[in-house]
Parts: sequence; C-alpha cells; structure tokens
Amino acid sequence: MRGLKKRFGAAQLYDGFDIDIPRGKIVSVFGPNGCGKSTLINMMAGIQPADAGEILFDGKTVRETRIGYVFQNYREALFPWKRAIDNIRYPLGFMKLSKTETTARVDALVAGFDVPVDLNRYPYELSGGQQQLVSIMRALVVDPEVLFLDEPFSALDYEMTLLMRDQLQKVVLSRGMTTLLVSHDLEEAVYLADKVLLLTKKPTRIADYVPVEIAWPRGMDTLITPEFVRMKAHTLEVFRREAYGK
Amino acid sequence: MENRFLNYLFPFYGAIGLIALWWVAAYLKLVDPVLLPAPQDAWRALIKGFSDGTLTHDFLKTVYRTIASFLIATAIAVPLGIVLGASEKLYRSIEFVVDFFRSTPASAMFPLFLVLFGVGEKTKIAVAAFGAALVILFNVAYGVMQARKVRQLAARVMGANRLQVMWDVTLWESLPQTFVGMRSGISLALVIVIVAEMFIGSTDGLGQRVINAQMVFDMPNMYATIFAAGALGYGLNLLFILIDRWLIHWGGR
Repeated sequence: MRGLKKRFGAAQLYDGFDIDIPRGKIVSVFGPNGCGKSTLINMMAGIQPADAGEILFDGKTVRETRIGYVFQNYREALFPWKRAIDNIRYPLGFMKLSKTETTARVDALVAGFDVPVDLNRYPYELSGGQQQLVSIMRALVVDPEVLFLDEPFSALDYEMTLLMRDQLQKVVLSRGMTTLLVSHDLEEAVYLADKVLLLTKKPTRIADYVPVEIAWPRGMDTLITPEFVRMKAHTLEVFRREAYGK
Repeated sequence: MENRFLNYLFPFYGAIGLIALWWVAAYLKLVDPVLLPAPQDAWRALIKGFSDGTLTHDFLKTVYRTIASFLIATAIAVPLGIVLGASEKLYRSIEFVVDFFRSTPASAMFPLFLVLFGVGEKTKIAVAAFGAALVILFNVAYGVMQARKVRQLAARVMGANRLQVMWDVTLWESLPQTFVGMRSGISLALVIVIVAEMFIGSTDGLGQRVINAQMVFDMPNMYATIFAAGALGYGLNLLFILIDRWLIHWGGR
C-alpha cells in the first residue's frame, strides 16, 4: 500500500500512509478509537474508496484478488432469508463452479471446523458465536488470498471468543493465507498475529509495526508465557503513548 | 381443565360482552327497535342472505373488486417502488406528490374517476387501485431505501455487481416493508370499494346492500351486511398476517 490518503469532511484521516503486509501472515491492526482501523481494511478490501494511493496484492488490485471479509456485526452481515448453508454457498455463485464442485468445497470447509452447527437452520436460529462462525465460513469458502476480519469477536462473550480464536487460528494457519484482523482487544491482537500494526491518533500514522515471535499454534498457555506478556506490555505502552500522549 | 377452557375463551370475551350488551339493550328496548333489532334477528338475516344467495353474491362482488384493485395496485406499485427506492434522489423529488395524494381522501377523487372511466365497474376498481397503489408504493420505496447497508456491502465484497446486490439483497431486505404496504393497501382497497359501491351507481356489492337496507329500514339486513363486511376486512388482514409470517420468517429478527 502506497501513498494512501483519506479525508472525512475536514478531518484528514490518512495522509500518505504506506505499509507492507507480509504474504501468508496474520497482521492485526490496533489503535485508539477513531484512528480508522476499520477504514484502513475497508479501503484495502475495496468497500470504502480511498482518495488517493495505491493498494496492490501481489501486484493485483483488490478486484482481481480473491478476498474474504468478516464483518463485526454478523447479525447484519448474514442473509437471514437464506439457511446457514446457503449463506456459506452464496459467494461461490459468483465463481463459475459446477454444482458438485460447489458442494465439495462447502463440505471440505465445514469438515475443517469442529464446532457443531446445524447449517440447515436460519441464521437467527443460531447463537451469536455460531452465526459469526457461519460468516467466517462464508468468507473462507472462496479460498481467499486475503482475509479481512473487522473486530469479528467483539460481540461475543469471552468463552466463545476463546473458542473462536482457536478455530480461526487453526483454519488460517492450515491455509496460510494473508490475514488482516482489526481488533479492539490488545490480548487478541497479539495472540492471533504474526505482526501487530499499531496506529496513532489521526492523522493516522504507524506508531509501531512489531513482529510477534511466538511459536504457532498458540493456546491458553501462550497467554501467560513471558514472551507474550512482554509483547503485550510493549504494545500497551505504545498504545498509551499514542492514545493519551504519555 | 375448566380453567384452561376459560383461557381459550379469553380473546372472545370482548365480542361476547358486546353481543350481550346489544341483546340486553334490544330486549329492554333501550333503543328504538326499528333502529336496533335484536342480535338474533340480524343473525337470521345473515343466514338468510347467505342461504338465498343474495348476500353471497354481493359479498363475492366486493371480494372480486377488492382483489382486482389490489392486484392492479401491486402490479404497478411494487416495480415502481423498487425503481424509486433504488434512487434516493429520484424518490425525494417525487416524495411530495406521493405523500400529497396518499393523504388525499380517495373518495374525493370519485368525480374525477367518474369522468375518466364512466359509471361502472372500472371506476370503482380504478379508484381503489389508485388509493392502494400509493400506500404500497410508499412502503416499497421505503423498504428499498432502508435496506441494511452492511448486507449490501457484504454482497458487494463477495463479488456481486450492482444489479446482483439489488436482486440478492435489497429486494429481500425490502420484503417486510413491502408486505406492510400490501396489507394496508388491501384494507384501504376494501374501504374504497365499499364506499364506491354505496355512491357510484351500483347494482351489487356489500356497500350497495348496506345502503339499500338502510333506505328501506331493513335493519337486520343492514347489520348483517355490516357484519359481513367487517368479517371480510378482518379475514383479509388475518390472511396477510399469516402469509407474512410464513413467507417472511426472518422478519423482525
């Protein structure tokens, strides 16, 4: 991403923002409120237009790239008139696949998750966690080159969040896809990332872009290792400096 | 057991009470018996009207006119509402006209429609369709405009083009509101049809039957016809609620 600019009314949010996202890695985005975390990935995903600048994935524009996007609000992102399984199948309709191929893909994807969800139900019949799982599956079914997640677990309770983190970790690692995760939870931002992108208040710049050198797969134990605690402390310090000017 | 039986009757208490009050008032002759016959007389007139087929004929005529005007209104207003709703600018520019005529009593339009369509079947159906169409149009356009942006974005990010977003998301999103419009539309169509039958040279229909009964002071028959009209309105509303619940199962969730 080069020379990104974005302005909302009088407020210049991004003014010449550059960043490189390593291929096949998970980058989490963290920063103070209103710094434009979601806007950043929305511009990358082509949901919001950038005023200027260039965003390329391996030299391709976002339209030429297969992407998956998981919205924060699963309730508003899933199609309640379709059964869960048809929600997952929906994006495959835009690829020219045969019926057997479609079925095979969906089956393979579902097998990769070990959370029991009755996919023949409608989204509103499922729990919040199950709904978000369905929307993650919907994003993954096209086998995206880049996966975007906008605070995917913020509406879930802690227990469900832990479970979902592990599901996500498993699936993303096994596919080795480039992933961008916006998080408002520092623990999550560190836990799920190969690199943490810390942003400043607006006009938004990079406060820090730190690698997380903790072995995968990570589990509950990871949360209490000295490395993890040190990483978290470091990011927290950067955050405090940027958010409160201390 | 007895308690449960009473609970089932709960929704009917009001109706039972009303009939009891009517019966008492008629029995004690609190109101002139010519104006207020006993409920059993009205009931007999209702049964007689349906068994000799005269009420059945009028009833079916009104049903036919209401359904016909509703179908015409739907066929015009739904596509038009979608087009208008899809472009907020376009809708804003004609919103005043829609609101104005939606607020104009359709009965005030009778003379105009009489001039346009002559005295006959067409006029009644046309006025009712006109009134219903505006209500449906307004609701469809709003349903389309208020479609959730996140869902449209979700479809777009998955690769849908504008037309596909419209077809796969926006139309579905507008369905609950469209149904609200259709339900109000058919109720309004019934109201207009009944009034039109009363005043625009009719030879049949429930409206005409009510007026005729009143003119010859056949009060039992008048009450029976009013009841038939009420039952028709209630039945249509109930039908729409049931279809709505079945078709738009996700509504409000």
